[in-house]
Amino acid sequence: MTRMQKFMGWVDARFPATKVWNEHIAEYYAPKNFNFWYFFGSLAMLVLVNQLLTGIWLTMHYNPSAEGAFASVEYIMRDVPYGWLLRYMHSTGASAFFLVIYLHMFRAMLYGSYRKPRELVWLFGMVIFVLLMAEAFMGYLLPWGNMSYWGAQVIINLFLAVPYFGEDLVQWIRGDYLISGATLTRFFALHVVALPIALLLMVFLHIVALHAVGSNNPDGVEIKKNKDENGIPKDGIPFHPYYTVKDILGVAGFLFLFCMVIFFFPEGGGYFLEPPNFTPADNLKTPEHIAPVWYFTPFYSVLRAVPDMALGVVAMGLSIVVLFLMPWLDRSPVKSIRYKGWIYKTGLFLFVVSFVILGYLGMKPPSDLFTLIARICTVYYFFYFLLFLPFYHLFDKTKPVPERVTH
Amino acid sequence: MKKIIAIALATLSMAAFSAGGGDYKPNDPANININDKMALQKGFALYMNYCMGCHGLQYQRYKRTAEDLGISEEVLKSNLIFDGSKPGDLIKTAMPEKYAENWFGSAPPDLSLIARFRGTDWLYNYLRAFYKDPERPYGVNNTVFKDVGMPHVLEPLQGVQFLTEEGDLTLISEGSMSPEEYDNAIRDLVTFLDYVGEPVKAKRQSIGIYVLLFILVFFILAYFLKKEYWKDIH
Amino acid sequence: MSKDGVDNGRRRFLLWSTSTVGAVGAVGIAVPFVGSWQPSARAEAAGAPVEVDVTKIAPGQAVRHEWQGKPIFVVKRTPEILSKLGEITKQDMLKDPMSEKEGTKQPGYIKPETRSIKDDVFVVIGICTHLGCVPQHKKELSAEEGGGFFCPCHGSKFDLAGRVFSGVPASNNLEVPPYSYKDDKTIIIGIDQGAV
Repeated sequence: MTRMQKFMGWVDARFPATKVWNEHIAEYYAPKNFNFWYFFGSLAMLVLVNQLLTGIWLTMHYNPSAEGAFASVEYIMRDVPYGWLLRYMHSTGASAFFLVIYLHMFRAMLYGSYRKPRELVWLFGMVIFVLLMAEAFMGYLLPWGNMSYWGAQVIINLFLAVPYFGEDLVQWIRGDYLISGATLTRFFALHVVALPIALLLMVFLHIVALHAVGSNNPDGVEIKKNKDENGIPKDGIPFHPYYTVKDILGVAGFLFLFCMVIFFFPEGGGYFLEPPNFTPADNLKTPEHIAPVWYFTPFYSVLRAVPDMALGVVAMGLSIVVLFLMPWLDRSPVKSIRYKGWIYKTGLFLFVVSFVILGYLGMKPPSDLFTLIARICTVYYFFYFLLFLPFYHLFDKTKPVPERVTH
Repeated sequence: MKKIIAIALATLSMAAFSAGGGDYKPNDPANININDKMALQKGFALYMNYCMGCHGLQYQRYKRTAEDLGISEEVLKSNLIFDGSKPGDLIKTAMPEKYAENWFGSAPPDLSLIARFRGTDWLYNYLRAFYKDPERPYGVNNTVFKDVGMPHVLEPLQGVQFLTEEGDLTLISEGSMSPEEYDNAIRDLVTFLDYVGEPVKAKRQSIGIYVLLFILVFFILAYFLKKEYWKDIH
Repeated sequence: MSKDGVDNGRRRFLLWSTSTVGAVGAVGIAVPFVGSWQPSARAEAAGAPVEVDVTKIAPGQAVRHEWQGKPIFVVKRTPEILSKLGEITKQDMLKDPMSEKEGTKQPGYIKPETRSIKDDVFVVIGICTHLGCVPQHKKELSAEEGGGFFCPCHGSKFDLAGRVFSGVPASNNLEVPPYSYKDDKTIIIGIDQGAV
């Protein structure tokens, strides 16, 4: 026995290190037919780690007070060695996180990864998504720029829609008669402590649930149905080394694009860092045009499309709630889009188009035409979830699903 | 090679992102080059002489600016620091905010981040767009920033402009600079303001090239490694 | 899945080269995280060299300045004080009259007898070498000892060259910071003599 084996023997007698490694990495059998869309899970983990590390480092220099926040961000940008890099990694990371998560969710829609037996994987993932939105929203207030301020103003005021308690609730959230240092410090605490803890917990549950049922794949075939004499799925391959080397390739490709933004377009054309946010928060002067950061705009569009404030808030809330219900809304006998007919393909395509259009419109100032388009897209959004998903299987013609994964 | 990539990326970024200027007149591109040390130095000198009286750069330090712009500490101390600040100090204006509000209605804004807020093209056009308007408190108005509450501090350099009925600006009395000289001076000033908005910009781009090349090498190796291992499966 | 015909040499080479480049990349990623703990430009500005006009100090007086957050005493020594320093040295009242003891900090370019560049101006960091309190400047510690520095925490005493007297808790002389003469009138604390 080598020293290393002896050492691992000592550890394993006290902690299931080898067992965990084998169950989740070395002998975790993943379908061998993962394609491009399967990079985004590991990339989400990478961005999460990036956000945690750069976030911790930023708190070392940031000053969470109304008087000092804006100046401390510029202090980080100018006076702290490499502070600019840490800040851009964090601000770009926020946008990258949503991009990766949206693509990750779309993958689930393509291949039916939310269907039985993966309902909990999807639900945990949806909780992560909602937590992430809260995390991003609170983080956006921290630079204390004028867009931070008024963006928070608009979003917090959504709670005015709550009957009877609206006013009191909004005042309670702010901790003041307007958004002030009190709001900033509580958002800071939630952003750097509470929500990251919740996020990490949910990510843990998401992965535990995934590894309990096993990964789906582009064919939507359960690989566990075809096992060899050793009980290993015939179409499964050990995650390590095959998917570790593959994911490293994905990481390299992602880092190339990520660093391109950080080093050459850190403002992301005004979408990642918005120009009005380069002036300090001013409670008497609203920026000419307020729009949330791009990753919120599809839902923001839904809000604006409804001509009544309270109903708009309800619609926006519902637009997220319906996502939670997807595992039970979709009734198709087939999981993967590969074996579904043109009806589903058209329906999903139109959903993506309307989602993107809603996102675009949410960034633009409203006009009669834009509002009309936003309403059409909103109607389609809900039509897709509430009428199309539950019933398309009655009309759609599916193709036969193979026994084994195709390659 | 490095430069070519940088220029290619810069043009790409401009084409992709800075499209769609405002609907004001004049509307000329600033065409600044953040690596032009001469322009930066001249812009810095102009700023200290004409702008600093009212507008501070409160997040930026003298020392860092001089170092980045290739100005020696002696020149900095003798020619560019007027209020006895130390080189390590922030570039703060001497004007007390209280008085400023009385004089101008609102305190003149700090300009550390003005280039990131307004964009360089806007600044370039704004500073060339003052015209004579006796109805305004300072006798001037501006076609880019209507009814701006700021006097035309650079009038001795530019001269006096007049707004024609067609909405064009014409020079009615000359300043100490020719129109071309004035445009160049403003370009220098805007280059400096762009630098001050994000002092690390030039360095960030030059580091970026190496970072991307490094990742590319890693990507190629990772690609072959993946191919090698996946031979087992195919 | 089969491992027949795998070129193990090639596989090992790719594995090692990718790992090596990856490790270099990891070190590169660590740079901003480690580097950001260095003193910021603000800290550097606060700790910048301090200029002191020595002609404005009255003979026998000490002025206090701050350099890198540390109290610095600048004492203008009269001929009487200097002769008293000589006497103290001869009378064997000090633990380390020539500052030769290990752990004594002073720049190499100061004279060991007076612990200064020029005799009349004495520059010293006002942090007791015992436990880090700030000693007080006294024009007269006692008739025998003359002027010096007295640490209120544990009673350590130093003469006007910052040398520690025998029989007190501190064992090292006070530290002399790097400084230099910009011209006859002005000293710069924080820049070594001859550095510029």
